[in-house]
Amino acid sequence: MINKNKHSELNDLGARLNKARKEPNDPTRHEKDINNEKGGALSLAFRVGVELISAVAIGTAIGWGLDNWLGTRPWLMLVFIILGGAAGVINVYRLASGFGYAPGYRKDNDDAGTHSDSGGD
Amino acid sequence: MAEGHSPLAQFEIKRLIPMQIGDIDVSFTNSSMMMITTVIVVSSFLILGMRRSALIPGRWQSIVELSYIFIANLLKDTVGSAGRPYFPFIFSTFMFVLVGNLLGMMPYGFTFTSHIVVTFTMALFVFLGVTLIAIFKHKMHFFTLFMPPGVPMYMAPLLIPIEIISYLSRPISLSVRLFANMLAGHTLLKVFAGFIIALGAAGIAPWFFVVALTGLEIVIAFLQAFVFTILTCLYLNDALHLH
Repeated sequence: MINKNKHSELNDLGARLNKARKEPNDPTRHEKDINNEKGGALSLAFRVGVELISAVAIGTAIGWGLDNWLGTRPWLMLVFIILGGAAGVINVYRLASGFGYAPGYRKDNDDAGTHSDSGGD
Repeated sequence: MAEGHSPLAQFEIKRLIPMQIGDIDVSFTNSSMMMITTVIVVSSFLILGMRRSALIPGRWQSIVELSYIFIANLLKDTVGSAGRPYFPFIFSTFMFVLVGNLLGMMPYGFTFTSHIVVTFTMALFVFLGVTLIAIFKHKMHFFTLFMPPGVPMYMAPLLIPIEIISYLSRPISLSVRLFANMLAGHTLLKVFAGFIIALGAAGIAPWFFVVALTGLEIVIAFLQAFVFTILTCLYLNDALHLH
């Protein structure tokens, strides 16, 4: 009798598991999860700062390297610091306006829905 | 004595087995020691947890399965089914960072994720890997990333360097976030722990604070491992589904 009970319990569990597994495919979930991860004003502020500074640092490094290579010190470094600043602003703009992390100018969500649909088991 | 009590003394690299190849110092340090410990802990946690692989899992097996499902769902939600071949890499990254962070919370432990060398190397491998995947998958089409369609031609000389810098800054922002969080948290913990002794009987106040902070640090250890993983997934998503 116990065995029989266990069997139906397992079947029930299987049905519930299958139902739960189907739910994550809901396309609205995707967006919400990403937004939750971003949540917390402090971590967002920290990310904005890092994005701004890292782009300037990369720009400076590229400019410095090119200067050393071409012997044009200090002109290229000056140009690339400004370009780095622009890249930093673009990074922050993409971060803030929901473009995701992708370069380019189209919204991330355009094709995200179709991808998560195909992610069945 | 003063050096031993510095809040930054915990980040010091110590050579356990000095080694040298040519001019390069390849000593086995306390950082390498913690990394090997992390790999051993993660492997034994997963392998021993699954050794019985019962149909109805016990506590240990449940934790192992939960961590697997957690990352599998994360990958499925962010990348979709195209990301499945990369699951082992993502899962290893997550477990390595997470257990590294948590082992760093042990007394007398060492947090290797608090060194930018370590996090930057990991971020660099992620970045190079993702870029290579994108190039192999999309061939020349990959380079339209830096020159999106619909942009007037005369903007190209300005736009392309900016886009390249923006792309190259990814590994930095990926690594700095993990490193800075671990470094700041552990330093803060040490500074407040120093106040306990210095204040004598009144040290009970910073003591409570340190207890609370330890809990917060454990949360941050999880959160930063998660953030590192989700960013890796998002970069992978960009590489696989180019705009």
